[in-house]
Amino acid sequence: MERKKERPYVLEIENLSYSYGRRNAIENINLKIDEGSFLGLVGPNGSGKSTLIKSILGLLTPQKGSVKIFGKPLNKFRDWSRIGFVSQKANSFNSGFPATVYEVVSMGLYGKIGMFRFLTKKHKEKIIEAIEQVGMEDYINQNIGQLSGGQQQRVFIARALVSEPSLLILDEPTVGVDARSVNNFYTMLKQLNEEKGITLILVTHDIGAMSEYVTDVACINKFLHFHGGAQEFEFQQEEMMSALYGHDVQVLTHNHDHHHHHEYDGGAPQ
Amino acid sequence: MIQVFFQYDFLTYSLYTGLMIGFMAPFLGVFLVVRRLSLISDALSHITLSGIAFSLLLGRYYPFFAGLNPLYMGMAFSVGGALFIERLRNVYRYYKELAIPVIMSAGIGAGVVFISLADGFNNDLFNYLFGSVIAIRQSDFQLIGILTIVVSIMIILFYKEWFFLSFDEDQAVVSGIPKRVLHTLFIVMVALVIAASMRVVGILLVSSLMTLPVAAAIRWARGFRQMFVYAVIFGEISVVTGLVSAFHLDVAPGGMIVMVNILILLISLALTKGKQG
Repeated sequence: MERKKERPYVLEIENLSYSYGRRNAIENINLKIDEGSFLGLVGPNGSGKSTLIKSILGLLTPQKGSVKIFGKPLNKFRDWSRIGFVSQKANSFNSGFPATVYEVVSMGLYGKIGMFRFLTKKHKEKIIEAIEQVGMEDYINQNIGQLSGGQQQRVFIARALVSEPSLLILDEPTVGVDARSVNNFYTMLKQLNEEKGITLILVTHDIGAMSEYVTDVACINKFLHFHGGAQEFEFQQEEMMSALYGHDVQVLTHNHDHHHHHEYDGGAPQ
Repeated sequence: MIQVFFQYDFLTYSLYTGLMIGFMAPFLGVFLVVRRLSLISDALSHITLSGIAFSLLLGRYYPFFAGLNPLYMGMAFSVGGALFIERLRNVYRYYKELAIPVIMSAGIGAGVVFISLADGFNNDLFNYLFGSVIAIRQSDFQLIGILTIVVSIMIILFYKEWFFLSFDEDQAVVSGIPKRVLHTLFIVMVALVIAASMRVVGILLVSSLMTLPVAAAIRWARGFRQMFVYAVIFGEISVVTGLVSAFHLDVAPGGMIVMVNILILLISLALTKGKQG
């Protein structure tokens, strides 16, 4: 993969290992992410994807290795509003909660504004702008509970976007979203990446749908098995699949085309 | 009908006190309901009872306590109970609701012991249980007035943090909002408001003023802000009509306030049929 020299890495992960007790969740991960890339981070359930993300966000403290965000070591990094995070849990919120789309998105600014401060007119414009970016402007005063799963997930992306992050991390954002909306959703992510230049990390166990949209792919299953461009990944996909998902899948992938992959690894929802 | 409330000082106090409570209780109640904590108000009202009973008991033996407004002791017990609930909820992470029956029975248990020791029920206690139109004194009015100011300032300062924490606690914490401090502050506010409301609505019915207007509001509101508007309007309607009708019918206001609230709720349910809450 060619790299433009003048651009800094958004994320540098070196020799990162994390274990829960004696069980290693991730081992010796080395991963550098370029500014402006759209990375698909894939791996089966229980492969350590979430552990890696939590280590990046500082929610877990790894036993070995280091993480640098925008060139700064994690323990010195303070500028968290530059990072947007949309968790898998976003779609398990209390859906009867009486909050409008506008109100939900405004929450994305609360951390940035800080305590004892209030939303200004400028903030309000930003909120509306973020809602427009995800194409939800027609629903601005609707209660979030009345929207579909895909629409709700867009609102949560807007909430992450409103603080204008340079890096957006999405952890399994399409769980519980119907298949047609998933493609629209990925198209929107691709636009954010191309037009706004936001670096994206999309964590998913669903390889099939994602690979047409991302620029880079990283495969992990405890270890980092692959990191490279999306096209390169396409060529090696069968090999990667068997390395990642084991023999059952290998046998099946010989008889089917790649669009079916997600059926085999989607069996055990997280 | 309402003019009589302005003719006598003690009635004016109860009306104004009622209006303040009709604002605070439903307002904090919105947060309680969306956090699925509405039962906490019941637990805290019962622990307030034991505080009141304890103060009345001490009043029999020590002149100092006989002169002291029992509301102070009620508030102290309520705040203590609230802090204990927060602790218990952290101890029993997977059975968070367990804290509520623990505090509730502790409150009733201690309350009954104190009442028995103080030689049983008297009229005062009946007023505390079901509220009273005429028992509100100037000192109650002043205390609750100060509390209203404090609660309003807290709401203005921490509205956005409490909103975020209620909606999505994990994400709120990731964005740097201090969860522990704010939860504790909130539950202390609730404890104080419950103790304060009890003069008007009565211990056994305090929680109704925190939850029933909110239950009706949730049927109407579009968005979180509207929840407060509807809940406070319904709360105020119920307090004013409850107090006035209780005075004229010579019944305990707590009962009337709850009946008005139930009526508002039933009307709301009927008019918003087919809408999912």
